[in-house]
Amino acid sequence: MTDQAQLLPGTLDLLILRAVSIGALHGYGILLRIGQISGNALLIEQGALYPGLFRLVRQGLLTTSWGTSENNRRAKFYELTEAGHKRLREETDSWNRLVAAIAAALSQQPEEA
Amino acid sequence: MKLLDSLRFRMAALFQRSRINAEMEEELRSHIEHRAADLERSGLDRAEAERRARVEFGGREKYKEECREAMGGNRIGSILQDMRYSLRQLRKSPGFTIAAVLTLALAIGANAVVFGVLNALILRPVNVPDAKSLYAVDLTNDAWESYPNYLDLRDRNRGFEGLAALGLSQVALDTGKDPSRIWGFEATGNYFDVLGIQPYLGRLFHPSDERGLNSAPYIVLTYAYWHSHFQDDRGVVGRAVRVNSHPYTILGVTPPDFRGTFIFFAPNFYVPMVNQDQIGGDSALNNRERRGVIQVLGHLKPGVTPERAVADLDTVGASLAKAYPKENARESFTLGRPSMPSVIGRPVRAFVAALMLLAGLILLAACANLGSLFAARASDRSREVALRLALGSSRNRILRQLLTEALLISLAGGSAGLLGSIALLRRLDTWQPFSGVPLHVPVQPDANVYLVALVLAVVSGLLFGIVPVRQVFRTNPYEIVKAGSAGRVGRRIAAREILLVAQIAICAVLVTASMVAVRGLARSLHGNFGIDPNNVMLVETDLKISGYSPASIQPMQRRMIDALEAIPGVEHVGLVSFPPLGRGGSWKANVFRDETKDLSPSNAAANSYMYVISPDYLHAAGTTLLEGRTFTWHDDKGAPPVAMVNREFAAKILGSSSNAVGKYYKVSDGTRVQVVGIVEDGKYLSVTEAQQPAMFMPLAQQDPLGEQWILVRSARDPQQLAATARTRLRALDAGMPLDIVLWTRELDFSMFSARMASVSLGVLGLMGAMLSITGIFGMAAYSVSKRLRELGIRIALGARRTEVLKAALGRAVKLLGIGSAAGLVLGILASRVLSFIVYQATPRDPLVLAGVVLAMLLLGLVATWIPALRALSVDPLKLLREE
Repeated sequence: MTDQAQLLPGTLDLLILRAVSIGALHGYGILLRIGQISGNALLIEQGALYPGLFRLVRQGLLTTSWGTSENNRRAKFYELTEAGHKRLREETDSWNRLVAAIAAALSQQPEEA
Repeated sequence: MKLLDSLRFRMAALFQRSRINAEMEEELRSHIEHRAADLERSGLDRAEAERRARVEFGGREKYKEECREAMGGNRIGSILQDMRYSLRQLRKSPGFTIAAVLTLALAIGANAVVFGVLNALILRPVNVPDAKSLYAVDLTNDAWESYPNYLDLRDRNRGFEGLAALGLSQVALDTGKDPSRIWGFEATGNYFDVLGIQPYLGRLFHPSDERGLNSAPYIVLTYAYWHSHFQDDRGVVGRAVRVNSHPYTILGVTPPDFRGTFIFFAPNFYVPMVNQDQIGGDSALNNRERRGVIQVLGHLKPGVTPERAVADLDTVGASLAKAYPKENARESFTLGRPSMPSVIGRPVRAFVAALMLLAGLILLAACANLGSLFAARASDRSREVALRLALGSSRNRILRQLLTEALLISLAGGSAGLLGSIALLRRLDTWQPFSGVPLHVPVQPDANVYLVALVLAVVSGLLFGIVPVRQVFRTNPYEIVKAGSAGRVGRRIAAREILLVAQIAICAVLVTASMVAVRGLARSLHGNFGIDPNNVMLVETDLKISGYSPASIQPMQRRMIDALEAIPGVEHVGLVSFPPLGRGGSWKANVFRDETKDLSPSNAAANSYMYVISPDYLHAAGTTLLEGRTFTWHDDKGAPPVAMVNREFAAKILGSSSNAVGKYYKVSDGTRVQVVGIVEDGKYLSVTEAQQPAMFMPLAQQDPLGEQWILVRSARDPQQLAATARTRLRALDAGMPLDIVLWTRELDFSMFSARMASVSLGVLGLMGAMLSITGIFGMAAYSVSKRLRELGIRIALGARRTEVLKAALGRAVKLLGIGSAAGLVLGILASRVLSFIVYQATPRDPLVLAGVVLAMLLLGLVATWIPALRALSVDPLKLLREE
């Protein structure tokens, strides 16, 4: 438990986009996928996923459709739109730049002492 | 486009709310089921798996709310939610709701009515093409213009596209059946061309129709008259009719939406002014002194400012004064609105503005009233607010909900008020205060009125809704929940009390204003006008219209007087050119001191009212002769010119009223007139005028009258008398048009504006009184209910009734006192404004002061009665048990 990290604000959307980019998923599936691709290193309350999903749908980055899940339950599936793909690429780039910059800053040795 | 999309999305979201909610519910449930299934597979039993799944999911309702918010469309949703909540709250306290809605309905209704009048009379332009550049050329001294002067103005000014002129006239129109006397305009030939009016039927007259005196025997009917008297018969064009027994041709009909340029006066017809001789019985077309043109109007040329046009007109006026010094004083001009002559327009505008101010005060008082009620409610609900805050509701949301409540009330009140005012305005619009005169007040409400009512409703809702805001922001949930319902904060009451004092002060101003008005009206109705109109019948005829030659007029007048005097029961019969305070207006003439040599208008000692009378007129009119003698039939052309004058005339022109008999003065043709009698002062044109000089000249020494009024004084039943008088006069001339009316009835006309003013002020005062009742009542009832427990304890400890009352209502009464005193002082200051409009309105009248004090006391008594009863009937045992 202790090695799980709190999510940075704003990053949940990016994770959702990333999770869905591999293929259409329902909400619970997205949660599992995020756990899987992050190595279960991130801590979110499960319900917190949904406001994010609705927000992304409203922004036109995701589309939804009702279908049947792998264990035969009705579920709502989310899929990336064209705009979603584009946004994912942009966000990933800027995230990488940010991480690189922060990492560079942190790895810099102080001049003295 | 984007906005439209987002709107569509929101609307869709709104209407699909229930479907979306169901879907959301299903999705979340599906999530939890998936999770539970996974947990079950990992070895938990079914029930435990489901419990864990729900716990891991977190607050479902919270996330649903967040989802809705994330979807947008939520704002409308939450507004609807607020509205539903507010409606529930309001339904829970119907008394409060009804009182609030009624208060606002009255206040907004009053404002909508007054604004409707303001809008119709002042804001709305005359219904002609390009009304913006249309101006009336008014003389700064409010006098009328003469026709020759008008011609000079028309031809010599350089600021106007064209100038038309208008005169008022009444003619006997005979269309083959039922000859009747109707009112209309005599207009210059260019009138319709200047205004840009196209005919509805046939054609209108043009300058080319005028070829000198009586050259254009044409009449143009208005749509309204054609519609009501010719039943829309399109064949009237070209038909021959008789106007004052002269043959005329109906040229055409004006369009339905053109009702003349005067707002109060809808004419029945238009006739060319060059035919004035036939229409009015005599012609003033070549007389620079006879000022019969009531309005000169035209469109400014493009690019000409009103200032430049006035300067240009003033140069023309100056040259006229130079060229005709006998007839013209130096005239200066202003440009006015064509809808009302300036002499009417100015007081009407002032009065409507004053009314608007008072109506605004009423709305302000209503807002103060509702504001304090809302503050009281909010403090009663402080526990609820505290609980909601403690449970995580945001202050914004609570405020929004309070404002929603205020807005709901104000919209309900506003629409009720608007509906009422529309009904009232429609009534007023069709109201014809005087039969026979096409006088009316066109105040059909329009979109402007609706808009103003709506804006007022919303603004006042925000105004009184905001009062409790500070209270909510300061609410500390922990303190209030801890302290329980008895907890109260002292300063909150203070704010409410200030509101109440302000409200009572405003109401006292209104009550004072209406008292002053009502008192003024009472005085004006019982004032001394220098006449006694009771038991007097007026017979109006026009011998010139009836075709008598100047030489035959005076013998006919004597025969008519003799015939009427012979009726049994008739005490006195007098003949006069125009009766004082009648609707026919009055003649005025310049008079000069005896020693004045140069008789140009600028040297005149006064512009005096002038009445041409028969010998017995003073008795018939009930005017007292103070000194000297009245006329006899021997004061004729062969005798030296004589006159009777009123005291004001004697004091102003002859130096003193005591020994004026025997003195001389001059009239503008140079005749020396000897004063043989002094009569009491009176009112001549309107009851509100300052004392004016007046002179009375003998009938037999003056030019024959056209229009004339015969006063018949008799105690007999008016209807019988009228019938007898009619038959006696018909026996002299069967074809003579006659109007017979009671003098008291005729006086209504000149009292009209004073009465209207008094009635409207009275109504506003009444509304102010009602508002102060509800305000004091609300305050008193609230303070009693707040302190019931304390009062109970006092009673249990043996307090006497007076002490209980003092404790319960002392504050309310004190506030009432402070507010009334402040309002009274303000009202007295404001009444100076009223005295311009309402006859004899003086606030320093002890009766008014006493009346206001008494009224406010009564209002206080009425308003605190029920709360006082409630305070006295407190049962301490029951109260203490309840807590």
